Formats: sequence, C-alpha cells, structure tokens
Amino acid sequence: MSKGWSDADLAARVAETIPNGACVNLGIGLPTTIVRYVPAGREIIFHSENGIIGMGPDPVPGKEDPDVVNAGKKPVTLIAGAAIVHQADSFSLIRSGRLDYSVLGGLQVSEQGDLANWKVPGTKGVGGVGGAMDLVAGARNVFVMMRHTDKNGAPKLLKRCTFPLTGVACVTTVFTDYGVFDCQNGRFIVRELAPGISVEDVERATEASLDFGQARKVARS
Amino acid sequence: MLNKRVDALSRALSVVKSGDTILVGGFGDIGVPLQLVHALAELDVRDLTLVSNNAGTGEIGLSRLFKNRQVSRVIASFPTQAGADHFKAAYERGEVQVELVPQGTLAERLRAGGSGVAAFFTPTAYGTELANGKEVRMIDGRGYVYERAIVGDVALVKARLADRYGNLRYRLASRNFNPLMAMAARHTIAEVTQIVDAGVIDPDDVHTPGVFVDQVVECGA
Repeated sequence: MSKGWSDADLAARVAETIPNGACVNLGIGLPTTIVRYVPAGREIIFHSENGIIGMGPDPVPGKEDPDVVNAGKKPVTLIAGAAIVHQADSFSLIRSGRLDYSVLGGLQVSEQGDLANWKVPGTKGVGGVGGAMDLVAGARNVFVMMRHTDKNGAPKLLKRCTFPLTGVACVTTVFTDYGVFDCQNGRFIVRELAPGISVEDVERATEASLDFGQARKVARS
Repeated sequence: MLNKRVDALSRALSVVKSGDTILVGGFGDIGVPLQLVHALAELDVRDLTLVSNNAGTGEIGLSRLFKNRQVSRVIASFPTQAGADHFKAAYERGEVQVELVPQGTLAERLRAGGSGVAAFFTPTAYGTELANGKEVRMIDGRGYVYERAIVGDVALVKARLADRYGNLRYRLASRNFNPLMAMAARHTIAEVTQIVDAGVIDPDDVHTPGVFVDQVVECGA
C-alpha cells in the first residue's frame, strides 16, 4: 500500500466533513470530484458561482444542456429545486455568509491562513483570478485540498506564502495526501494523519509551525 | 407604437464608436451574444474597452475583436482561459491593457453602475496584489477595498425571449452577467432567440425590464 491518501481518498475525506444541509462551492479540478463521495442520506446544496444554486451530477452523455455549465464551463445538471441567479446575486450569496464551505485547490498556504492559488510568479501573461478571491473572502469555511508538497517535493504549508495571495487569514482547514490540518492561531493543528504517514513524514514535508496535540495517529482504513 | 425591434445587426450596432466602453454578457462562451459580437467585428471601430468575464476562445466570439485589433483595454476576471489565443496574442503584442478584477467584484461593479451607485467597499482581494493602489478601510475590524462602479457606453447581451418593449427573459445559466450588463450601459442591445408579442412574457417572469433595453434583435438559437 502506498503512503497517504489518493485523490479519491482525499475527496471522500473532505465529503465526510461537510454536514447535511450545507451550501458548498467546489473549485475547478480535484474539488469537483467531491460530489461523487457525499455519504448516503446526506443532502448538500452545491453552488456554482456562474449562477447555479442546486447543481446536480454530470449529465448523461448526449443529454448535456449548453446553458447549464459549472464554473469550469463543463456541462452539469440541475437538481429539482435548483435556482438560477445572475452573477451579482451569486456572489452576494458568497460574501454575505450564506456559503458554508468553499473547497479550493492550493499552491501554498501559510500558518496565518493566507492562501496563494491563482498565480505562479514569473509565468508569462496576465493571469486570471476568476471567483477565487471572492470565495475565500466570503465563505464561512475555506477548505484547501492539495498535495502536501509540490512536484519537486518542496513544502506547500509555509510560514509565509511566496506566491501572490488569493486571500489573507482565510483558510479554515487544509486536506492533503498526508492528513487534515486545521489552521488556528498561527499554526497548523494536525487533526488526522493519513494511513502510513508518520509525525516525522509531516515534519519533514512542512515548513509551517505544526501542533500534533490532537492528532489521531491511528491509520484509517 | 413603441417598438425596440431592429432587423439588422449592423443597424443596431451603428451606435458604437471607436473608443467606446463595450459591456459583453456571458461566462466563457455561454450566454455571449455571438451574432452581435461577430457583427461588431465587421465594423470599422477600434480602441474599444471591453468589459466581460472572459476574452473569447478559439475563432468565435470576443476572439474576433482581438484578432482584428479592435480592443485596447480589457476589464475581466479570467481573460486567459484555455483557447483564448487571440486575446493572449494581442496581449503579448502589447496592444491590450488588462485590468484584472475578481469575478464577484466585477459583477458588483456592474450592479453598482446599473444602479446609480458610484462606489462601494468589498472584502474581496483585501491584502492581495489586486488591491494595490486602491483605498482600503477597516470596517468593524475587517479590511475592505474601495471599488468604483462600471458604466459602459454600449452593452451587448443575450436573452432567450424579448418583446417589443425590450423586456427580456434569459435561459438557465446563460443569464450570468447579462442582466447586469444590460443595466450598466447607456445603450443596451439584446440579441434574442425569439421576439414574442407583448404580454407573452408574464410580468412576473421578466428578468430585465425593457426600460433598460434600447434595441432587440431576433437571431434564433
């Protein structure tokens, strides 16, 4: 068995955390897969910032509606009971505290809860920010879902972000292949370690301050 | 008899002048008034400021305005989506200045512009490089960024239904920025799938009242 959580494990772990009745926005990429892992009997309202409240699963091939897409411009469906709003109302929902959870990918998270996820320094071009800054400024809980280290093995949980920020002091919890890390009072509280991941593994792969006080070191199946 | 119907796209667009600020509805290619944009690409107008969430993909839509070198400035949240090659080329040629705006802030600036509100404070982008040079203020212990309204010379929007009064009804998630753009311009032109008799759109079902709309053009689906 390989160490740590696979992407699918990670999506299931995030889904397990989100309570019944929550209004949730899923970022483009890995976070969108969370839809597949909502535990049976739990009803979650998925919001898409282009104006859908009550987004359903992927359409059956051939049944796509060109006017029903998610924030990644991919075809989706509407649940019975969905609502359509314009963009300003969609972001009113986000900024006014009605969005319970925003789940996004991350490039770097600092121990202060700062998030960098929209731009890598030195890349050519102007970049694009989309709704990420609004989501992290507005959502009641900001979950970041990412690999624990970058593709060169460098830490992504840092003392300070070096990439351009998406938001300051906004991250609630980081879910990585190594475990679950709550961002509180200038450090990451290790809430859970993934199977096969040791305290030393986390320490080696993390630059930020860690607090293992509450870690459950028992491997999850 | 009041009748905002115009039969030729080019006639509707005769109000557009070089140097104008043009608001274009849509999110990605969804809800973009493609026929109007393509007709605009045929006209000898340039030095346009384009306000839209994205900047076109492939050879259609807003891409044509960049290919024709008609745009000198872009206000957008995500101009660099996959396939935005004509925008990227224009940017690399140094022809286009870009003001990158978070998506929710873009929507709210348009709502303000269409509502007679000059400016507002939003928590989005506080502490990030997109707030550089902007006034910030602490309100109830939280940082906010000062943002100005956007008002356009001409808005191009896409709706499903219109009547001769200019009342509009959109379809599902193609609504997105269209109602905001329609209200935020001095002159609004709607490309619609179908023009129906007055009264066919139930008063309860009008999304954008005709007082915000100057011309409607029937273009089919």
